[in-house]
Amino acid sequence: MATQVFAHGLGEAYKRKEDARFIRGQGNYVDDVQLPGMLYGDIVRSPYGHALIKNIDISEAMKVPGVVAVITGKDLDAAGLAWMPTLSADTEAVLALDRVHYQMQEVAFVVATSRYAAADGAAAVGVDYEPLPVVVDPKKALAPDAPLLRPDKKDKQPTNQIYHWETGEREATDAAFAEAAANGVVVRQEMYIPRIHPAPIETCGCVADFHKATGKLTVWMTSQAPHAHRTLFAIVAGLPEHRIRIISPDVGGGFGNKVPIYPGYVCAVVASITTGKPVKWIEDRTENLCSTGFARDYHIKAEIASEKDGTVKALRVYTLADHGAFDAAAQPTKFPAGLFHICTGSYDFKNAFVEVDAVHTNKAPGGIAYRCSFRVTEASYLIERMMDTLAYEVGKDPAQLRFQNFIKPEAFPYRSALNWTYDSGNYEAALQLAMKNVDYEGLRREQAEKRARGELMGIGISSFTEIVGAGPGKHFDIAGIEMFDSCEIRVHPTGKALARIGVQTQGQGHETTFAQIIAAELGMSPDDIDVEHGDTDTAPYGLGTYASRSTPVAGAATAIAARKVRDKAKKIAAYLLEVGEEDLEWEPGRFYVKGSPGKGKTIQELAFAAYTNCPPYLEPGLEAVNYYDPPNLTYPFGSYICVVDIDRGTGQVHVRRFMAVDDCGTIINPMIVEGQIHGGLTQGLAPALYEELSYDEDGNVLGSNFQDYLIPTAVETPHWETDKTVTPSPHHPIGAKGIGESSTVGAPQAIVNAVVDALAHVGVRHIDIPITPWKVWSVLKEKGLTSD
Amino acid sequence: MSTHHITVTINGTPYEGDVESRTLLVHWIRDTLRLTGTHIGCDTTSCGACTILVDGKATKSCTMFAVQAHGRQLMTVEGLEQNDKLHPIQEGFHQEHALQCGYCTPGMMMTSLALLQRNPNPTEHEIRVGISGNLCRCTGYVNIVKAIQFAAEKMRATEQVPVSAGEGGE
Repeated sequence: MATQVFAHGLGEAYKRKEDARFIRGQGNYVDDVQLPGMLYGDIVRSPYGHALIKNIDISEAMKVPGVVAVITGKDLDAAGLAWMPTLSADTEAVLALDRVHYQMQEVAFVVATSRYAAADGAAAVGVDYEPLPVVVDPKKALAPDAPLLRPDKKDKQPTNQIYHWETGEREATDAAFAEAAANGVVVRQEMYIPRIHPAPIETCGCVADFHKATGKLTVWMTSQAPHAHRTLFAIVAGLPEHRIRIISPDVGGGFGNKVPIYPGYVCAVVASITTGKPVKWIEDRTENLCSTGFARDYHIKAEIASEKDGTVKALRVYTLADHGAFDAAAQPTKFPAGLFHICTGSYDFKNAFVEVDAVHTNKAPGGIAYRCSFRVTEASYLIERMMDTLAYEVGKDPAQLRFQNFIKPEAFPYRSALNWTYDSGNYEAALQLAMKNVDYEGLRREQAEKRARGELMGIGISSFTEIVGAGPGKHFDIAGIEMFDSCEIRVHPTGKALARIGVQTQGQGHETTFAQIIAAELGMSPDDIDVEHGDTDTAPYGLGTYASRSTPVAGAATAIAARKVRDKAKKIAAYLLEVGEEDLEWEPGRFYVKGSPGKGKTIQELAFAAYTNCPPYLEPGLEAVNYYDPPNLTYPFGSYICVVDIDRGTGQVHVRRFMAVDDCGTIINPMIVEGQIHGGLTQGLAPALYEELSYDEDGNVLGSNFQDYLIPTAVETPHWETDKTVTPSPHHPIGAKGIGESSTVGAPQAIVNAVVDALAHVGVRHIDIPITPWKVWSVLKEKGLTSD
Repeated sequence: MSTHHITVTINGTPYEGDVESRTLLVHWIRDTLRLTGTHIGCDTTSCGACTILVDGKATKSCTMFAVQAHGRQLMTVEGLEQNDKLHPIQEGFHQEHALQCGYCTPGMMMTSLALLQRNPNPTEHEIRVGISGNLCRCTGYVNIVKAIQFAAEKMRATEQVPVSAGEGGE
């Protein structure tokens, strides 16, 4: 049941609590942790995309001043740690034993007394490689004569294909396509969503500190999921879980990159246990881009069957997914392609069928949910591109075609053809607002005038639907652990509170937002509530922050825990005021006797009484904990409109205007929500126009640093405009849906649609991202549209 | 590996020590002096997380040797707040929600300071160009621009004397 909340806290642009330390340079990131006697680790990595390891010679490295130890795969193998499980039922080499599967794969771990000595040692390790044929194209990986890239698992997987997965009604969908081919319209488009990287400005790293005497292992690490990581460390390393403490301190951006466990963490732990000293391992940028979790890399063929007027009937999608050398995709266990089958989007399809084939290549492992809820970005991209393709085919304005096919507001809760139950939505309202804000008709007139003058201007729409906030736990788990989340609240005698949450912030502002949730429920000031997270010894168990699940899941747990506190406070109030609970009314911050507003007790008075004058029939104290298993996912949505101008001389795309209308249900802190949207939009702009983590045929990474992997600066990034509609989630305690990823999901296709729209009149239907000036110029050249 | 004895003034405090020739300034500041507000994000002079002021000029400290700082005046993020009073740039970043994860923030603020010392009344475009050597992955820059405008206005209003004089730079 959604509850209307009218109290302090919700809906206020409360300034962030966490800023105080960050603006003073007093954050505590992993690389800021320095312990007495600490050693440093550096990783020897493969220069080859695919090779046999013939020999590893550590003798010269051991002579380097300061080098304490060199750990190789053989050393780990002796302890049963050469391989570790991935989040997708594969195993991944911690340090390669006899074969490297991708460039920059981990081969040895050098431990030394300083960063510099560790790097010197790593440079002195001699590795003899015998290069093998490299496969970087997933289509070639499926060819019958392709070399088997994972001979270590040839018994259960005799080819490079990891899985075939399908969902939906194949026969009914095929029938709808046959009908449309005869009497309606069928549109098809192939599109590639390239491999990209989250590239948080802080790379991954850890400090592992094992105390032999107590058997306690403490690991400060860049972790978006500290509890899950603790459990995995316990399982993989065979350490008792109560003696493992993961601390995820301040984390400099995550975006999915810090969900998996990487070999460097494991090596640092092993090195600390081996040496008895704390060991720090921090990636450099090239290591981060080349070896840690990439995203996307989906080759998609999509088809829509519609009636002649553009009324959609069926969607059919085939995808070839490049998972790299190890299947380390970060997905809920039962969903190998994540939530990709949200791909019917905001539209009322009667039938749909989706197939995904995943394959190994000689590329880095990953397939993480980069600022998206498990492949939602890929899904949204394809359907929003396809709707434009259909619009051009049937001769309708892309906005008109969307209105025609939207799931109607009265249809919620809506069951999609691929069996998702959308909680709430009003897609028409969001698109109407976006169109009004940009004067859509005026833009179309301007476009027509410019076209007549030979100028290229395009308008792109994206009316996306997200699916976030996993669980429920019976359907969604990470490595078997159900995707619930948690909050524990302690109200101290003087009425100040400490809350600890199972999720973890990497910049989302949890310390502020979650304080506001409690403030609203208890009628306290957010200033009086401190929120802690990221330390597994103190925080309640939770699955962590990714896939926009913090507010939908842990936010719900927080509201419910606060209501438990309030319920107990009510019992205390009844005792103190000598009335029955049913005689009490609540107003923010205070219970009072019905009909006697002057006779009441504030939450602070009740907290004091909980410790000093507690009813004899109650336990003393004022605390509560909630573990929340959501009944359903939440479905944020929005409509974005992008306006671009294209330079006919250079092919350069200029994003002139970008209007983002988002609906994330109830808004807790509008300032933080808008900030999340700004950031997500920029991470949507990036793959649309700039970023791609490509490989050459020899398996060399071509985007291995920030001079080759182009993160947008303030110059490339437009002045984002935002607006909102509010359609609360009916099943979330405060109606919130989550906002962290909407704009990363929704933005790329708005930009691509705008570019294609600028060129649609000459028959252009698609350009693959990133849309570089070269690609656009090539199209202009082909169409005879270039100018000097 | 030869070592050098260096003396450097940081945020008004003199520091001295022996450094290897190859020691990067950012490592000396962070690991040896424990001024950890200055961050490292890319190692290739691209991201600007390590930006400090060297004799008033915004400088990426990952691309400068510690020995090169000998005899120079440095300012890091830790030097912005004076007498328990936030610098207008710090205020601006807080008021305008110009930071999220906080990792790029110190470098971004130091670049902003150099920019405003050079150009006390920049246009939005001048601000965007001025901070284009600093990458932020969280904010989308809109609020960083607003924060710098906030600081510019406040600094002009109070005729704030730059903490460390110099012509500034990018």
